Amino acid sequence: MSLDAPAIQKKIEEKFPGKINRAELELTDPFLVVAKDAVVDVATFLRDEPELAFDMLHCHSAVDYMKEGEERIEIVLHLTSLKHRHWIVLKVELPRDNPKMPTLENVWPTANWHEREAYDLFGVTFEGHSDPRRIFLPEDWEGHPLRKDWVWPEAWHGIKIKPGPKMADLAEEGADIGVGPFD
Amino acid sequence: MDLIKALNNQQFILTKVDSVVNWARQSALWPMVFGLACCAIEMMAAGATRFDWDRFGLIPRATPRQSDLMIVAGTVTHKMAIRIKRLYEQMSDPKYVISMGSCANNGGPYWQYGYHVVKGVDQVIPVDVYVPGCPPRPEALLYGVMALQDVIRERSLMDDVREGRQPKVAEVSA
Repeated sequence: MSLDAPAIQKKIEEKFPGKINRAELELTDPFLVVAKDAVVDVATFLRDEPELAFDMLHCHSAVDYMKEGEERIEIVLHLTSLKHRHWIVLKVELPRDNPKMPTLENVWPTANWHEREAYDLFGVTFEGHSDPRRIFLPEDWEGHPLRKDWVWPEAWHGIKIKPGPKMADLAEEGADIGVGPFD
Repeated sequence: MDLIKALNNQQFILTKVDSVVNWARQSALWPMVFGLACCAIEMMAAGATRFDWDRFGLIPRATPRQSDLMIVAGTVTHKMAIRIKRLYEQMSDPKYVISMGSCANNGGPYWQYGYHVVKGVDQVIPVDVYVPGCPPRPEALLYGVMALQDVIRERSLMDDVREGRQPKVAEVSA
C-alpha cells in the first residue's frame, strides 16, 4: 500500500525519535532532513521495513549553499519504492569546510558511483566508501569545481582552462569571429 | 606536341607528380572512427546511405595507424584532450584534422562556464578545416571534407620538403 509523506515521516519518528531535524511536506517532492549520525540506520530501515520498502535510490546529488549564516552542503537522496509506488526525499546537511558523511553504498549499491561524483565535484568525503576516487575529472585535477568558491586554475597540463572574453563582447569591439556564411 | 602525341599513342599520360599525389591523397581520405558527442551522430548520418561519404572515398578505419583524417566530432574535455593528442601522434603522415562543431572549434556552449571543456581542439592538435554548427548537418560536414580536398590540392610535395609536412603540434604534456 502506498504511503504519503506524513505517514513515512511518522514511521521514521517512531523508530528514530529526534533524528529528523526538519521536514517540509507541502511540496511536489516532500523532504525530510535527517541527522548525519543516523542516516545509515534510517536508510537501512527505509529499505528493509516491508511497509516502506524503498528499494531504489533514483537520484543522489549535492547542493552548495553560500548564503551567509546558512552555509552548508546538502546531500539530497531521492528514494522510490517500486513495490509500493511511493517516494520521499532525504536530505543531509553537512558543514562547508570538510564535509563528511557515512557512505550509503552498503544500503543501495548505486550510491557508489553517485558518491564518487559528489566527491569529485563538491569534495564531500564519504566515510567507509570502498573506492573513493574521482569519477569524471582527471585524477590530478585540483579542487572541486561545483563548489561556489572554487577558483579557476589557469591551465591543466598546458591546456587553457579559463574562459576568454565573451564572443558577443568581442563582436561588439569589432573582432571578426569568423563563422559562416557558406558560399 | 609531337612528344605528347607520341607518348599518348604509347598509352602514356604526361602529368605532374603533385597532381597525381594530391589526387590520390584527396580521393582516399580514411577517417578514424572517433566520435565524442552529439556531432558524432551527424557524422554517422553523413556516412550512412542518405549522404554516403563513401562517394568521396571516405572509409572509416578503426585504428589511427590506417587513418589519415581525424574528424574531431564533439566536445573535447581536458581528460579526452591528451588522448586525442596521443591518437593524432599515432596516425601516419600525411594526416589531416577536421574540427566538427562548435565545441571542437572553440568550446561552443561551454565557452564561458565549462571548466571541463577545452576551448578549441586547436590548442592540442593542428586543425585544417573548421566546420561550424551545433551540430553541423551532414551537408556541412561534407562541405568541410570538400574544403579539405581543396587544401590538399593546393599543397605541393615541395611544400612538405620546404616547411615540414604539418604545422608544429602544440606542447601539451600528458
